[in-house]
Amino acid sequence: MIGHEDGQPRDPALPDPTAPLTATGNLRRRAAVNRMVEISASGSALLAVSVLALVLYGVISRGASALSFTFLTSNPAGLAGGGIANALIGTALIVALAAVIAVPVGILCGIYLTEFAGARSRSGRALKLVLDLMQGLPTVVVGLFVFGLLVAGGKESGFAGAVALSIVMLPLIARSSQEVLALVPGTLREAADALGVDRWRGVVGVVLPTALGGIATGAILAIARAAGETAPLLFVDGIYNANTTELNLFGHGVPNIPVLILTTSDLAIPQGFARAWGAAFVLLALIMIANIGARLILARSRRVRMTR
Amino acid sequence: MLSGICALAGLLVVAVLVEIAYQVISGASLSTSRFGLGFLLDAQWQPNFGRFGATAMLYGTAVSSLVALALAAPLGVAIGLYLSLLAPRGVCAVVGPLVEMLAAIPSVILGLWGVIVLAPFLQRQEGWLHSALGFIPIFGSAQTTGLSLFTAGLILAIMVLPIVASLSRDLFLTVPRELREGAEALGATRWEVIRGVVLPTTVSGVAAASVLGLGRALGEAIAVAQVVGNLNLIHPSLFAPGATLASRIALDFQFTVSKLHTASLFYLAVVLLAINLLASLGAQAIAARFDVQRALAR
Repeated sequence: MIGHEDGQPRDPALPDPTAPLTATGNLRRRAAVNRMVEISASGSALLAVSVLALVLYGVISRGASALSFTFLTSNPAGLAGGGIANALIGTALIVALAAVIAVPVGILCGIYLTEFAGARSRSGRALKLVLDLMQGLPTVVVGLFVFGLLVAGGKESGFAGAVALSIVMLPLIARSSQEVLALVPGTLREAADALGVDRWRGVVGVVLPTALGGIATGAILAIARAAGETAPLLFVDGIYNANTTELNLFGHGVPNIPVLILTTSDLAIPQGFARAWGAAFVLLALIMIANIGARLILARSRRVRMTR
Repeated sequence: MLSGICALAGLLVVAVLVEIAYQVISGASLSTSRFGLGFLLDAQWQPNFGRFGATAMLYGTAVSSLVALALAAPLGVAIGLYLSLLAPRGVCAVVGPLVEMLAAIPSVILGLWGVIVLAPFLQRQEGWLHSALGFIPIFGSAQTTGLSLFTAGLILAIMVLPIVASLSRDLFLTVPRELREGAEALGATRWEVIRGVVLPTTVSGVAAASVLGLGRALGEAIAVAQVVGNLNLIHPSLFAPGATLASRIALDFQFTVSKLHTASLFYLAVVLLAINLLASLGAQAIAARFDVQRALAR
């Protein structure tokens, strides 16, 4: 291998052991390339953050001026005037009903995947695949599905909207609770088993309480995500009686914030834009608060677990 | 007992997915029996004359999604690298959640921002872009309002970016510390560690993350509908208005002129669903081959 000892030319790929230990141009070039990569990576992160700042600034600067107490508490008037009270109530009702449907089913799916289906079992893998496919489903297709199932023939309702949103939420909740449950130490389950309690009591009494913070975080994030979805609501909960408060989820379409933003911005008249920006500001503020709250819950539950 | 309830919930989910596919396919039956696969090769979409074809929408979907992916994939991977390997811990704790916040912006708000802020800005820029690079067809002439496939691609890139970034960050964190430290001990710079160790061990996961992002871009309806300009047009320029499968469904569905029109929109949904399932399964297959599923599940 070491060529020059038996008189052969040295392998040029090997470093010369007799060379002085000072920086060559090559090292400087490598350092420069490294520097360039580091700068462009931090630049990318900066770009993403500034895009967020630009969007937030756009919404806040235009939406804050539309905002007032009467904007939040009065119903829309005319084509583009008035407030958004009925849409706020409608969104709250629809999202709450969707959560009532999706949260239990989602958590049960998560429990099934971690506690009852083995890690390599066929049924568990199949359910995981189905949840992934469902998560990737275009929301507009979900809207068409619910239209075909519940709405066709002019039966728009807040309930149909809630079903559509629950399909958006479900895979998110299932996957996040599955992940959190998988983090619960196996020793806790074994301790419950050693006490001789049934498997389900071990799950309900030991595993679930341990993972509760994480499950709540996942559920809140999923609900916040669904609250901003427009496409699933557009066909099944469109607004024809846009200016009245609708409390019955099983009668007519229920006014809601995302569809209100879309329809009033489509009007292309200045008051419409003002109302759309105001509604966008309120929706975005609620979603951001939910996101930050969810993160705080997660951080707190982690801290509690560590100090135990 | 609880295991039975849980299994039931799982079965319900499977049933819902099957039912979704069934509803969409049966809704399209009128159109599928009328046009068959020729639907995919017809560039006309004239509801009033009963002519329906998906080619222009397929083109618009492909172009806007590819623009989005071309912008978001490299940026997302760079952000993933920054957050996992390069940034100081304190910066990470701030920038990471901020990037994820980007994914929390509802699409209708992003679309509104796209129409009112981004599109006029782009319209002002397109003048010099066209005069400088107009000889290349994709920058070629198109009378623009700022609403175009490119604008749609930009908005989609904003949506895809946080997905790719957080998935690839999680992936890079799974690279064993010893591997990185081994490379560093050999005198590699950080970039050489990334190029020689981190990227080769995660390349399949990065690909899967990009495909997942692509799936998101393909299916987005509302934001695209707001900024794409909604013309049934195949034009070589990126800055020409167009339509995508999802945006066409979102914009036309409430204003259909015939049963055939409605069924054709369902047909578009079938096509979209098929493409989307292929993308999802593709990402699954890539990820499963290299067992990076845990990181991707996040």
